[in-house]
Parts: sequence; C-alpha cells; structure tokens
Amino acid sequence: MRVMVLVKATAESEAGEMPSTELLEAMGKFNEDLATAGVLLAGEGLKPSKAGKRVEIESGNRRVLDGPFAETNELVAGFWLWDVRDMNEALEWARRCPAPMQGRSQLEIRPVFEADDFGDAMTPELREQEDRIARQIDKTGA
Amino acid sequence: MFASGSTIISGFEAERLSMPACPSRSELEAVFRIERPRLIAALMRHSRDVSVVEDVVQDALLKASMVWSSNGIPHNPGGWLFAVARNRFIDRVRHSRMADQKLVDLTHYIELTRPASLSAANEAVAFPEVGDDILALMFITCHSKLSRDSRVTLTLRLVGGLTVDEIARAFQTSVSAIEQRIVRAKRELVSQGVSRVLPEQGERDARLESVMEVIYLIYNEGYAATAGPTLTRPALCSEGLRLGRMLAHIKPEEPEVLGLLALMELQCSRLLARQDRQGLPVPLDRQDRGLWDRLLIRRGLEIVERACRLSPPTGWYLLQALISACHARATSFRDTNWREILARYDALFLLSPTYVVALNRAVAVSWAMNPAAGMAVLRAIRDEWNVESYPLFHATRADFLSRLGLYDEAATAYRAAAVLSTNIPQQLFLAMRAEQCQEAFARGSA
Repeated sequence: MRVMVLVKATAESEAGEMPSTELLEAMGKFNEDLATAGVLLAGEGLKPSKAGKRVEIESGNRRVLDGPFAETNELVAGFWLWDVRDMNEALEWARRCPAPMQGRSQLEIRPVFEADDFGDAMTPELREQEDRIARQIDKTGA
Repeated sequence: MFASGSTIISGFEAERLSMPACPSRSELEAVFRIERPRLIAALMRHSRDVSVVEDVVQDALLKASMVWSSNGIPHNPGGWLFAVARNRFIDRVRHSRMADQKLVDLTHYIELTRPASLSAANEAVAFPEVGDDILALMFITCHSKLSRDSRVTLTLRLVGGLTVDEIARAFQTSVSAIEQRIVRAKRELVSQGVSRVLPEQGERDARLESVMEVIYLIYNEGYAATAGPTLTRPALCSEGLRLGRMLAHIKPEEPEVLGLLALMELQCSRLLARQDRQGLPVPLDRQDRGLWDRLLIRRGLEIVERACRLSPPTGWYLLQALISACHARATSFRDTNWREILARYDALFLLSPTYVVALNRAVAVSWAMNPAAGMAVLRAIRDEWNVESYPLFHATRADFLSRLGLYDEAATAYRAAAVLSTNIPQQLFLAMRAEQCQEAFARGSA
C-alpha cells in the first residue's frame, strides 16, 4: 500500500529557517534507509506559505488568497510517498524519522486511495476522464 | 558517528522517537521486519553459514520480544539487536566444534571482538554501506548453483524479510511446503558451498544477473501466475518491485538493473486493469486505461529514460521495459506505436532467439502490419520450433484467426490453448473466447 507522509509546518519552517547541517545529514541518512529498503517513492520540501497561494472554492466563485497563512500547525512543510506493507510499517519508519524541526513537529500518515477503492461511484467514463487529465498533466508538467 | 561498543553498520545509527512501554505485537513485528534483513546482511560479513547467522538473529529477535514487551522499544533498535546477535554469534563460534574454522572466520572473529574504534577504521574501508551488505546477501540467496525454488524462497525470506506465513500466502501454498523449501534451500547452500565470497571483477556481472533473474521470477510469478486459481499474485509483484527498488538504489549505474525495475513498474501499473470482476484476464486492447496506475507509469518512464542515458538500449530487461513503455504512453490501444515495439522485438530476438520472443514479436507484426503477416510469422515459428504443446502459440494463432474472421479455426485453436493452459482464469478465458468464436461462426454461416 502507499501512504503520503505529511510533515507539518512550525514557526521556524514558516520563517524560512534553513535546517542545520546535522539535521540535513540525519535526514539524508533517513532517506537513504528508506531507499535501501525499497520504501521511498517520492519526497520533497515545500517553501514557506508566504511563497504560496490559496484558491477558495465556493459554488460558482473562486477567490485567490496570498500566503502567508495563519494556522501554522495545519500547514504542510514537506511530504513523502512511501510504499509499505501496512500501516504498522509506515508507523515504524515514521518513528525513525529524525525530528524534522526544532521543538515539536508532527508527521501525518495518510493512506493513498487505490483506483478500486472508489467502487462503483467511479464509472469507466469518470476514470477515463481522470486518466485523460493525468496524461495532459504528464505531457505539460513532467 | 559510531555508537560506542558496536561495530560499524550505518543502518543501525537510526534513533527513533521514544515509545511508551508495552508495545503491541504488531509494533514489534514492524521493527523486526525492517531489521531482520539488515542484521543478517551485516552478520554475514563474519560467517560462511547462513543458517548460523539466521539462528543467531532469531535468538536476538526472541530476546527483544521478551525484553521490549515490558521495557519498550529502545531508541536504537537495530543497534540493540545487532549487539545481542553479535554476542550470540561470538559465543557460538567460540563453542563451535566444527573443524571447518577457516582462517577467514578467525580473522573476522577477531575483528568482531576488537574494541570499536579499531574495528571501525577497518570496517569503514572494507564495507562502508549497508547497501553493500544487502547486495552481498542477495549474491548468496540468488546464487545460480541453487535451485530456482531455493533462490526465490531464500531471497523472500532473508532479503525481503517475509515471514514463512506471508510467503505461503503469496504463493497460495501451505506453510509446511514453504518450511520444507527453506530447509532444502539451506541444505543446498551447504552442499553447493555457497558463501559470502565477494566476487572478482569478472564474476560480478554474472552474480548481478542471477540476482536480477530471481527478482524477475518473483515479479513474473505475481504478474502472471503459472498455475492456480488466480491470474495474478499481487503480493509477489509488490515484493518484486520492492527488491527491484532496493537493487536499483544500490546499483544505480547499471542499465539492466534500471531496465528491470522500469519493466516491473510499468507492467505492474496494469495489474488492476488486467483482470475483470470475475478474475478473468482482460487483453491489452480491451483494458480500461483509466485503471492504469499513473504513479508507477511515471516512475517507470523516468527510470527508462535514465537507463537509456547510461547506455544504448540493447539489454534484455531494458528492451522489454521500452516495449512496456510504448504501451504505457499510448492514450488508447489505437495510438500504440507498434513500429517501435516491433523494432525492440527484433533487437530482443537477436539477444535471445527463442520461440517465446518470436511469438511475442509475431503479435507485434500482426498489429504493426496485419494479422495475415502475423500468421506467416507463426508458420515460420512452427517450422523452426516444436510449439505444439505451448498454449501461447495456439492462443496467438487463435487471436490472429479471429481477427481475420476465420472463426471456426479460431475456436479450434482457442480450445487447443485452453486444454494446455495451467492457469485457471487463463483457461476459462480461452474457453470463453472459443465459445464466442463458435457463436460468431454460427451467426456467419446462418
């Protein structure tokens, strides 16, 4: 199964404080371990929310808001995608993650939906549409 | 950064966030599953005997089960386990009555018992990475002198860290059958004299090839089960992928290693689309491409690109990966680039002029050109090889015949294929196709 691991933001990460050399080394080693175990699929750090924007969606209306955003401990500072055998394995790896920030930090682990999780709501037509969109993203983005 | 009192295994420095005392059984198992292969791999530096190492590691895990259940999981579980396992190992070596004490063992034994700082320097020079240890372990479990069953079972157990239960479930067989396989495998290791001797430069390619072969076997048995009640065995695909990712991380400069991984990522992206609700196979031209796993496709395509930058695409796995990539890129079956696929099959056939490759190539011919051209290739194949008992030959022939509108002959060929097939969903599918062709023929002549 796949999980997304969200690294929650802190005051330091929002302030754009760069991680120390020790932390970078420790993180590097942790990612090495994940890769050597065949678990690591993807992972990135995100810039502080002041570099970002929000799009609020309400019926017909869209509203664009500039960062920074207030609720620090709800914000995401980074993510991983892991391929694990079960949630227990994900938890064990998460326990080995070096403290990503000074002070208290939080990792959130969320299993990724697989296509057949959607069951019958996901009609072949809807799936094809999703697929077409994904391909277009691939063409332009990747 | 070396923890005092332990020998230097980079994987064991990982500290973990503290745990309350009384961890659950499944929390312990999660730790053990991660640590077991690393422990075995690390201790194999000091031993010729996988059985001894396994026993010693098992002892350490057992002790951990008891101690950690009440004291909680330590901050550095790998380091804790290694220290216990190493001490057990030293005890056994000391008390061993085996006349087989080669000088190499003694040297390593001395290394083990030397104070940490000295051995640190030596270890760092010889074996700097846990990746190297894992690769060395793979060389053992995948050794070409062992039988295929032994290689697959040992690799899943020792490198993959699967429990005997999990292996049995993956192969849809009994626990005792797997236990027997493991016993046999260990006997073979001894009788064939397989041990952790680092290969000479010339040997290294052959060793790597045997590792790739085993990983491919595991994945392939998952993608297209040779026998049994299901078409696929997803657990085996997952394990194949995982082992392939491990290997690619350890050997990223090898184009065939990348090719194998890309092939598996791309093929596994179609696992869901490959079967219908009844578990019967869905051919490529009928698959719902919306069910293809886009993450795996992305990864596969990126890896293929990386491999091609390393070398021209002439390797066995890379060529197959490129074929799979052609399918992955096609938005619909109609858009498939059959010309490129055919060119890759030509290259594959040069590498390996077998009837399996020839048959797959014939399918490409039938789409790149037309089914009649495909039939001509099949006639040549029939002349060249004895394919009468090979279900894929008859199934391919049946497919061409049905596309040509020759439904009566197609039905016969499908029935011939069904009779020869050993996989139940495959059989049912072929029988169903035979019926459909029979009906089409009846309608045509009505």
